[in-house]
Amino acid sequence: MRFILMMNGTKADFAGYARWSKEDLQRNVAFMRAFSKELKDSGVFVSTEGLAFPDQAKTVRAGKDGEPVTDGVFPESKEFLAGYWIVDVESPDDAYKIAARLSAGPGPGGKPGKMPVEVRQVMSSHTDYGL
Amino acid sequence: MTVPLEHLLRELTPQVLGAVIRRFHDFAAAEDAVQEALLVASQRWPREGLPHDPPAWLTQVAMRRMIDQIRSEFSRRQREQDTALEAARSSRSTSPAGAGDDTLILLYMCCHPALSSASAIALTLRAIGGLTTAEIARAFLVPEATMAQRISRAKQSIKQSGIPFQLPTPEERARRLRSVLHVLYLIFNEGYTSSAGAELGRDDLSREAIRLARVIHKLEPRDAEVAGLLALMLLTDARRAARTNAEGELIPLDEQDRTLWDKREIDEGIALLEATLPKGAVGPYQLQAAIAAVHDEAARSEDTDWPQILALYDLLTHMSDNPMVILSHAIASAMVHGPAKGLELLDGLERDPRLAGNHRLNAVRAHLLELTGDRAGAVRYYRAAAGQTANLPERNYLLAQAARLS
Repeated sequence: MRFILMMNGTKADFAGYARWSKEDLQRNVAFMRAFSKELKDSGVFVSTEGLAFPDQAKTVRAGKDGEPVTDGVFPESKEFLAGYWIVDVESPDDAYKIAARLSAGPGPGGKPGKMPVEVRQVMSSHTDYGL
Repeated sequence: MTVPLEHLLRELTPQVLGAVIRRFHDFAAAEDAVQEALLVASQRWPREGLPHDPPAWLTQVAMRRMIDQIRSEFSRRQREQDTALEAARSSRSTSPAGAGDDTLILLYMCCHPALSSASAIALTLRAIGGLTTAEIARAFLVPEATMAQRISRAKQSIKQSGIPFQLPTPEERARRLRSVLHVLYLIFNEGYTSSAGAELGRDDLSREAIRLARVIHKLEPRDAEVAGLLALMLLTDARRAARTNAEGELIPLDEQDRTLWDKREIDEGIALLEATLPKGAVGPYQLQAAIAAVHDEAARSEDTDWPQILALYDLLTHMSDNPMVILSHAIASAMVHGPAKGLELLDGLERDPRLAGNHRLNAVRAHLLELTGDRAGAVRYYRAAAGQTANLPERNYLLAQAARLS
């Protein structure tokens, strides 16, 4: 079963991250690198991407003639995707364990960041009949 | 690689691998060496023609790789020299002996209960099926590096567990055979339940599972459950062409164009069952195959012999407390005794933790409610089921059912 683990944050969260100390950032980067390697080594890794800060994020809708109409004004409370990992595991519990490892990644001062990680199953055209 | 050559190589893989492991007692290294030999063969045979004795040729090339590898390690680890060279020398005949036994031993090894099912599946497809890591990765929608890692971890666990390269003891045999059958069943399912066309190559998994089931049926001809699993696969696979339309949308059994069913597979599956069932010792695979056969024998959906299907599910529920079986039993009851009876049986499943969040319970409830004439209830449960499935064609089907009724 494939799951996507999504790390989200508000603009305020991103702004806070941008003010982390050098040590805190280095610790976090090292953790993320080790985390991805761990996923690869254990044979569950499918893909991962990190996203640019949401400063330039735009919502796009089709205009009258289908041309793009952009909007960059968002409520403060809006959560933006910071990055995601897709893993292929045998159960939702396996995915939750991996998400918890991610959430425990170091925040300021090296303390576990406890960032919320949204876990969703990725659709497939395959069914597990569980027989 | 031309298709027939590819088939030949894949057929030869387990016996060649078995012969190499028998000599060198190193599953992981032997597996790598055989993969290399297969690669050499796939490049050379089309150019130079088939060798006189293909399995012996492959075994020899793989053994040479093994010896090369051992030699290069010698410089570092002199003390291993004697045993390995002796092993190489003792290989007077390079023709694999007891090829059937070797294949069987390998199957038992790859499907060892100590391995996770993902590992067992990957290892079986590579070591017995002769598929490349890239092919397996593609079929399971993961990067090749991830699949390579899974296979290498599986090989590592086999090495560490010290599972000897021999047939399981008679006491162990039944349990180990069950896990082999389960792995083949999972491979079949992975291929069958994916929608046709959407993901190329995945229905190859079903074909591969059938091929492997044939191999084990040949090696264990007296085991009724092996025959039962092969029959179940054939009788299910027979409906492949009818179960989705050109857009990849699911077509339920009662709406399928039965002229599209594969008559040859149905006949073969039924013949297997007819040869097996009278022998007694009926197990769950044979029963599921028998149920599939009753469906397959009905020329029209309304000709389906539901009382017989219900009787078979009665037997099956005595053998297995799998909630999916109980769910199917409820459907059969509804077809025989009316939807109210089916709904009553579903109530018993409501609190089963194994079905918590599973869409199938709601989907069946929706279907039965529709049969009672409760359209609003059916719509509600079809939508609830749609929210729970992670299967895209299935979600589309469930939403279409809800839309049809609302």
